[in-house]
Amino acid sequence: MNTEKNIKTLIVKKPLKLDCGKTIKDFPIAYETYGSLNSKKDNAILVFHALTGDQFVTGINPITNKEGWWSYAVGPDKAIDTNKYFVICSNVIGGCMGSYGPSHKDPDQKIFGTNFPVITINDMVNAQCNLLDHFGIDKLFSITGGSMGGMQVLQFISNFPDKSKTVIPIATTSSHSAQNIAFNELGRQAITADSNWKDGNYTSNETNPGKGLAVARMAAHITYLSKKGLQEKFGRKLQEREDLKFGFDADFQIESYLRYQGSVFVDRFDANSYLYITRAMDYFDLAKKFNGNLSQAFINTKAKFFIISFTSDWLYPTQENKDIVIALNSIGADVGFVEIESDKGHDSFLLDVPDFLSAFKNFLDKSYEEN
Amino acid sequence: MKNEFQVIADLIEKDKKVLDVGCADGTLMRFLKDNKNINIRGLEISKEKVQECIAKGLTVIEGNAEKDLKQFPDKSFDYVVLSQTLQAFLNPELVLDELLRVGKKAIVTIPNFGYWKVRFHLLLKGTMPVTKTLPDEWYNTPNLHMCTIKDFFHFVKSKDIKIFKSLALNNLNSSVINESNLGVKNLFADLGIFLIEK
Repeated sequence: MNTEKNIKTLIVKKPLKLDCGKTIKDFPIAYETYGSLNSKKDNAILVFHALTGDQFVTGINPITNKEGWWSYAVGPDKAIDTNKYFVICSNVIGGCMGSYGPSHKDPDQKIFGTNFPVITINDMVNAQCNLLDHFGIDKLFSITGGSMGGMQVLQFISNFPDKSKTVIPIATTSSHSAQNIAFNELGRQAITADSNWKDGNYTSNETNPGKGLAVARMAAHITYLSKKGLQEKFGRKLQEREDLKFGFDADFQIESYLRYQGSVFVDRFDANSYLYITRAMDYFDLAKKFNGNLSQAFINTKAKFFIISFTSDWLYPTQENKDIVIALNSIGADVGFVEIESDKGHDSFLLDVPDFLSAFKNFLDKSYEEN
Repeated sequence: MKNEFQVIADLIEKDKKVLDVGCADGTLMRFLKDNKNINIRGLEISKEKVQECIAKGLTVIEGNAEKDLKQFPDKSFDYVVLSQTLQAFLNPELVLDELLRVGKKAIVTIPNFGYWKVRFHLLLKGTMPVTKTLPDEWYNTPNLHMCTIKDFFHFVKSKDIKIFKSLALNNLNSSVINESNLGVKNLFADLGIFLIEK
């Protein structure tokens, strides 16, 4: 899936015990950085990517030749100003952009496929914490991410309460809901129902379960948008035709759009990684270890939190973000919260939403000034 | 900064933890943070005002005092401030109870409907009073439960809430309100400021 060139990799020598009980060691974490680390090493921001993201946060992704997934938010003079901050982002383990995942080979040189250990959000952040040692960073200025990136933010500060000054989870949840799990299961079923999947033992790009993966992406993509946003953009507009064709081609623009989204996704993403990462999201329930008391997950941190949600996000709705605010307030933590007005659905955090980007920038810059 | 905020700030000692309920654009918060080293949080319902607070580097939570105060533990702040908003709630009594649960002390200010200009306006013009502290028309005012300094004074007493300090504010002058001068203050102050505890 990935061409090895252009991918920076850290080989983690230290064994990492995974939640499933297995231990991995000498495994690669693929990462990218933007901006430069200052001499005090106090300007680093660790960005966590979402389900289908990767380490190429901004600028042109050298593998896909497309804009990085957070180009609106990260770059010179942007919300995360790379003139000022040193941004680190790594591909999650289980992913397919160079970090240890199911498309890698096991010690017997066989591709893992579904023999790769099941990983969790907890495993992901424990693996990524090694990057701090690699760069000699004692304490990050901030950690941030949206969606699954936000889950990693919450898990990271819970595991490493002293490792970041500020914490910015965006459009996220502390626990995957039944609806979240249901949508992920739909995607997984689409993949495993594709006869090319072969229990995860497909071997080349030509014979991969692309159809199943495309359907998974199409279904998921709908959950990232709002009804209003879809209606305004597509409505019942027809795709390059004057009238209905009374067949099953893509008559409507929305059909064509989803098919396109599915097809381009297949070119850049591994089906087994999709299974692994969605599983990690479904297993995410931060309060579970603390007998259901979410506040206890944050009891040891003095970090300053800023939580952001979006009005039209029905995948990780405002209430689920507010539950995190409530848990933090009940232990007197320093927490700010804003719900941004947007009709772009869950995807709002990735898009040009000025109120979001200005709040994000103001919080970061003002917090950095107070440093 | 308006005089009201100066009077409120004078009631708060240095280094305390304060919640500003309905903190608007954060003017009072910024002042308390800069001048009294206050660990300050705000709760604000308006998205635009929340953005203004964030731009000032203030910790603010977007929310509604009637629903969102309950997330704060008992006595988790030294002071809770509510400036000129009590009359705008559907249930001011419930909000007052919440302020006094969350804060060790509360500072509540109310626009005084007993102020002579208000009384004269209604008496002479026969229309709902519009003044500097009550600038809205009857049809677009957020105020649902207007009261006078006297009303609030009696209300607080009836609920066994301790009044540490009550001040009458008229333009730049503030003066102490007590049982004996209540009638006069109720006529000549356009704002009442109360430091209370339960």
